[in-house]
Amino acid sequence: MTNKKIKNVFRQGAISSEFIGDSIAKHQTKTSIGAHNIFLGQVRADIIDNKTVSAIEYTAYEDMANAKFHDIRETAFEKFELTCMHIYHSLGTVKAGEICLFVFVSSPRRKVVFEALEFIVEAVKADVPVFGKEIFEDESHQWKVNK
Amino acid sequence: MLITIKYFGQIAEVTQKEEESLEFSGVLISELLEHIYSKYNALKNEGFQIAQNQELVSLETKLSGKEIALLPPFAGG
Repeated sequence: MTNKKIKNVFRQGAISSEFIGDSIAKHQTKTSIGAHNIFLGQVRADIIDNKTVSAIEYTAYEDMANAKFHDIRETAFEKFELTCMHIYHSLGTVKAGEICLFVFVSSPRRKVVFEALEFIVEAVKADVPVFGKEIFEDESHQWKVNK
Repeated sequence: MLITIKYFGQIAEVTQKEEESLEFSGVLISELLEHIYSKYNALKNEGFQIAQNQELVSLETKLSGKEIALLPPFAGG
């Protein structure tokens, strides 16, 4: 069930648990699915030089990022037997403890969703031009780099 | 040719702008980069990749006139 149209993956601010719960509920009508797998990226309150990260402010090269998300999606559907998949990423400020990335894959069988989810999350981290400004409690900042 | 250049994250902090358009007569990405360095010397201390028309390119790639973007390290997720 691939969709050729490029979707907008971005959501302003944190991804709420209500939004995630609703997404799960919407799949109850898709009864060919036997397994879901979900990745939630959460903003960590890292302590760097005695200063604590209180939030990350996300920006992106949005057109390229959405195109990359689309490529990842197409590749995932080619590689894995998925019924559906959804990716949402935050833009703007997300506080420590809040969710900034939500990846949701579904398949008739469980083994596929474990492999697919890891593939997708690693690709998102490596290939998508999203930038994160780590804001400390004293309002100074540094730029996050994915490892 | 008229080239639009976008700056992101810590790169935009150095350039103090997120986008600019400039008339440029060079042929390669490397030549454009030299021109950008001449405007913003502090960029030499920054690590970044370059995209042309939303695809990552090398320094030897020819300028097409499409949008250029200077992309600092990715931090999604």
